[in-house]
Amino acid sequence: MIAAADLASSYELVIIGGGPAGLAAAALAARAGVSTVLFDENPGVGGQIYRAITSTPVADRAVLGQDYWDGAALADEAKASGALIVNGATVWSLDRQRLVGVSVGGKARMIEADRVIIATGSQERPFPIPGWTLPGVMTAGAAQTALKAQGLVVDGRTVMAGSGPLLWLLAAQTLRAGGTIDAILDTTPRRNWLQAMFHLPDFALSPYFAKGLALLREVRAKVPVHRVDTMEAVGNDRVREVVFSGAGGTRRLPVDLLLLHQGVVPNVNLANAAGVAHVWNDRQLCFVPVLDADFGSSVPGIAVAGDGAGIAGGTAAAERGRIAAIAAVRALKPDAVVPDTQAIRQRLQREEMGRAFLDWLNRPADSFRMPEGDTIACRCEEVTAKQVRDTAKMGCEGPNQMKAFLRCGMGPCQGRLCGLTVTELIAAERKTSPDEVGYYRLRPPVKPITLAELASLPISEAERKAVER
Amino acid sequence: MFKRLAEKGPAIAITVDGRKVTARVGDTVAAALLAAGIDHCRTTPVTGAPRAPYCLMGVCFDCLVTVDGVGSRQGCLIPVREGMKVETQLGRREAGR
Repeated sequence: MIAAADLASSYELVIIGGGPAGLAAAALAARAGVSTVLFDENPGVGGQIYRAITSTPVADRAVLGQDYWDGAALADEAKASGALIVNGATVWSLDRQRLVGVSVGGKARMIEADRVIIATGSQERPFPIPGWTLPGVMTAGAAQTALKAQGLVVDGRTVMAGSGPLLWLLAAQTLRAGGTIDAILDTTPRRNWLQAMFHLPDFALSPYFAKGLALLREVRAKVPVHRVDTMEAVGNDRVREVVFSGAGGTRRLPVDLLLLHQGVVPNVNLANAAGVAHVWNDRQLCFVPVLDADFGSSVPGIAVAGDGAGIAGGTAAAERGRIAAIAAVRALKPDAVVPDTQAIRQRLQREEMGRAFLDWLNRPADSFRMPEGDTIACRCEEVTAKQVRDTAKMGCEGPNQMKAFLRCGMGPCQGRLCGLTVTELIAAERKTSPDEVGYYRLRPPVKPITLAELASLPISEAERKAVER
Repeated sequence: MFKRLAEKGPAIAITVDGRKVTARVGDTVAAALLAAGIDHCRTTPVTGAPRAPYCLMGVCFDCLVTVDGVGSRQGCLIPVREGMKVETQLGRREAGR
């Protein structure tokens, strides 16, 4: 285990996040001779897609599938490259001068970086239905994490609900692991096909086409699938039932575990707090950083690679990480030998080919993104959709003002689970665009740290003298 | 809600609210709670509603627990250690009673 005391006070390149983008970037930069450190919050590298790739107890490789195991090569490459990889490291601050605040093992350090690559990836899009805060309701990604990292498979009456490739992948992995799924509730709006169809030819050429069809066949053969327009988790102390309606009327199913998923969105907190400009992406219905062709952001020296740059999947994330790393190497060590960017860009383009189809097809319905009534929008401060809507109607123009009225976004998750919902609710009520409304202005620390951690920061003699009388 | 594929890896003994719970190497605190069938880990500060781990990837903060005396730790990010003392958390109103 690497401790805070083992860290240098500066590195040429600091990479934040040990998923495919971060691992690929670290391997490339370190091999080119750049002093590189990678900070990752989890106990092991892999990010979410390759979660626990070096330690998973799931021995049967068919369960998680070849695409998962492909991640092992990335982890190996990064490890062999000479990059310093620090797990259990929480980055809680990054500023425009590329000063990185990080905590390792309860001790904090401020690290200077010439270049920074933010590779903090994505998170699941909020899925604010009635009852989504009840114990027994989790995200599909959570169940997948438990399967990959701890070999935990769903038990009892299980329903998966939502849309998007991850939902079907988790269903297939669960079945292969011997788990049972009572039903899948498909929330994909039928009319999405109208837009998606235009992009079907591109998708048919992408690597995801055949994989997607095979997954659907595998799962549909074993699990009943219902098309639904409304959905509610019901229970008092925990979820007991899921109530849903579709063309066949209203139905109820008893559940022990309800797994929700409606796609993933960039995890913007760190980039936003560092002052990186973001823009609304209407196809992916989320904010994405404004980036150049090398994934450089609006803040000099800070790049955003991987799904944090806009959702494109794990393989694309690795290619993006390489492109960002090459830009960093060229800036730091102009004479270093780096791989051919053109070949990487071509591979990336191929990976991104089917994205428009997937995005349009799986675009969640308005009712599953912008709830009504007493449905909770902000989980931490328990603020309802109605409160947000009413406050917007009263004249509140944006999410930052909304904090002052309702405290939404001010709890421990710092808006991660309500940011998009609150922005879209305000936009809907004020009949304007999410881009116009904007997002929470985030500030460090973007992850909670204790006073003891802050107090553990090394202080120079000059700094000590500055406050002495 | 969850069962283990195989009871593999060395067992690790932790306590949850004083009760003995057997975890496995590779478990996070949140995973150990789920595997033990403990389906809530805190109550909320506003209404006192029960919450359980939701995202297991460090973004939702619903799995906050007290670990070895330090409150509001993210259970999904902390690996279990032998002898670890985990306590479920009460929301502010209940804690103030």
